[in-house]
Amino acid sequence: MSKTAKQEIKLKGIPASPGIAIGPAYLFRKHEPTIQIRAIEVGEVGKEISRLQNAIARSKKELTKVFDFAEQKLGADQSKIFEAQLLLLEDAVLFEVVYKRLKEELKNVEFLIQDEMEKYHRLMTASNDQYARERADDLLDVENRILRNLEEQKLISKIDGSHIVVTRNLAAADALIFSRNEVMAYVTEIGGATSHMALLARALKIPAVVGVHQISLLAHADDLVIVDGYDGAIVLHPSPEVLKRYEKKKEDYRTFEETLAPLRELPAETLDGHCIKLAANVELEEELEFIKLQGADGIGLYRTESLLLGEEVFPTEEEQYEVYHRIAEAVYPKDVIIRTFDIGGDKFMAQTVKENNPFLGWRGVRVMLDKPQIFLDQLRAILRASKKKNIAVMLPMVTNLKEVQLTKQLIAQAKDDLRARRIAFDDKIKLGVMIEVPAAAIIADHLGREVNFLSIGTNDLIQYLLAVDRGNDIVSELFQEFHPAVIRFLRRIIERGKQKNSWVGMCGQMAGDPLATILLVGLGLDEFSVVPNAVPEIKKIIRSIHYTEAIRVAERVLMMQSEDEIKTYLKNLMKRKFPDIPIE
Amino acid sequence: MIEREVTIRNRAGLHTRPAASIVKLAAKFQSEFFIEKDSFQINGKSIIGVMTLAAEQGSKLLVRFDGPDEEEAYRAMAELFDSGFGEPI
Repeated sequence: MSKTAKQEIKLKGIPASPGIAIGPAYLFRKHEPTIQIRAIEVGEVGKEISRLQNAIARSKKELTKVFDFAEQKLGADQSKIFEAQLLLLEDAVLFEVVYKRLKEELKNVEFLIQDEMEKYHRLMTASNDQYARERADDLLDVENRILRNLEEQKLISKIDGSHIVVTRNLAAADALIFSRNEVMAYVTEIGGATSHMALLARALKIPAVVGVHQISLLAHADDLVIVDGYDGAIVLHPSPEVLKRYEKKKEDYRTFEETLAPLRELPAETLDGHCIKLAANVELEEELEFIKLQGADGIGLYRTESLLLGEEVFPTEEEQYEVYHRIAEAVYPKDVIIRTFDIGGDKFMAQTVKENNPFLGWRGVRVMLDKPQIFLDQLRAILRASKKKNIAVMLPMVTNLKEVQLTKQLIAQAKDDLRARRIAFDDKIKLGVMIEVPAAAIIADHLGREVNFLSIGTNDLIQYLLAVDRGNDIVSELFQEFHPAVIRFLRRIIERGKQKNSWVGMCGQMAGDPLATILLVGLGLDEFSVVPNAVPEIKKIIRSIHYTEAIRVAERVLMMQSEDEIKTYLKNLMKRKFPDIPIE
Repeated sequence: MIEREVTIRNRAGLHTRPAASIVKLAAKFQSEFFIEKDSFQINGKSIIGVMTLAAEQGSKLLVRFDGPDEEEAYRAMAELFDSGFGEPI
């Protein structure tokens, strides 16, 4: 069979993170259901032993952390399980047998571990005693944990910074593993542009495209792939002409980005002197240097959930303080707004209840108020880091005034705790809320009087408002930032939210969309917090317009009746004023 | 080789903590150590093995030691069982 060149295949997905990458594909398949039996050489025995010992050590570390947390925060009953699991992990006899079989049978450790543990598992499940049967579950958990650690290490060693990861779906925790290994780009089959993975990719300036149907079937290992994170195009096995075209596009974008560099030190001020705060959204500490380079005015949203990624337990007050302190120091004298944990109830191990509709359920500030011990840990950590007075606290998914008032009580309690421990903090620390729930938007005036600032989270707000799940491929086109209802809503939030002592900003994706900038300025937004990538571009736009002109644009848009009309108008406006900014 | 009968004296029976105590104690001795219950035999130095026994209060087990320090090992283990593993009886 002669080797024929592979047919070029063009695919389209949803752009999730800008940039162009050209490189070989690495196909990532998670959770191989079957463990493969692999014969190994005599010379590999030492390596296999090391692999297993490392996996066991990592598993022990994880379990110890989980056990400590469970013991302190969840009570003795919950922690017993992990205590038993830790003991299982230390079973000398089990591992002795595995090592013996390794040398005799010359098979890979994944198979041997599974085989040996399966024997015991069978014994335990067959027992008449309930206790023994329960331990069977623990044994299975431990087995999975060891196998997972063996797999992860293999994964990490495979990615060497020169591949484009292609996968069906990418969980945030996986993306984090990859991010530590400098992947060239991500392409996934399912998922939306606001998924956690997409946010991470943008933060790390790695191009990503999601929703590329069928790609995991069409792509093969080491196929040459072009990923266009600007418009969502994917090309498998590109022809030389297409390859050349994309290489040029890559170069053009790079040059454009360079023209934005001089804006770094300049303020985001309109031609007629209207000042706007232009801050950055941050997820990972790795991004801090980058925000400074981009000339952001501080951090408008620091997502603390990133501390929970890939972890099974909440970090301690001390651990959190270390991180918040580093971030506050890094941006000083600029501010950082720290958003309290915005997670779903499923993060809690104690929960065995599965919510039918988690998006409308137990998440955001609701969860934190139900878990005051954990909330207090975070509040104390934030307060401790606020010594230099450049930190503000922000609450996610606020629905009513009471949530704010309860939080204020907890903050007061946290302050008392710290005073008793003689630890200094910013007594006048500012508090704000995210406006994501439509109800909060409608009572923006009440909230504005109760807090220091409101930040509009358009990602979720628009989903709730238009009843559209952005991650759902079937309807994702109905998620429209420029829907007339959204614009009216924004107008209302901004007008009512601005009180004597409160300002209104936006940290949702819309703030970083150049198509929306002039409109948002004209609606009176005081602050934009955007992905670090977007800071220079948004700044350029703000600096090139008059505030009075932006107001007129907003007024015209508010009279339009369709998303099409609004987008067309804004696209034409942008093409006229900013021909060199690529607008899709 | 020493083979003797012991009784589970504590109320909660052979759950995680006692199981861990047995295994930790057995590890201190060189002798091989097996526990038998109703002709079902497990290696007493394996926590998984001991957990599988799942013996309740009142059960009688056979403990077997074989090695240079078997006397010492047996005595120590008998004491552990006698004390109900330090738990309420």
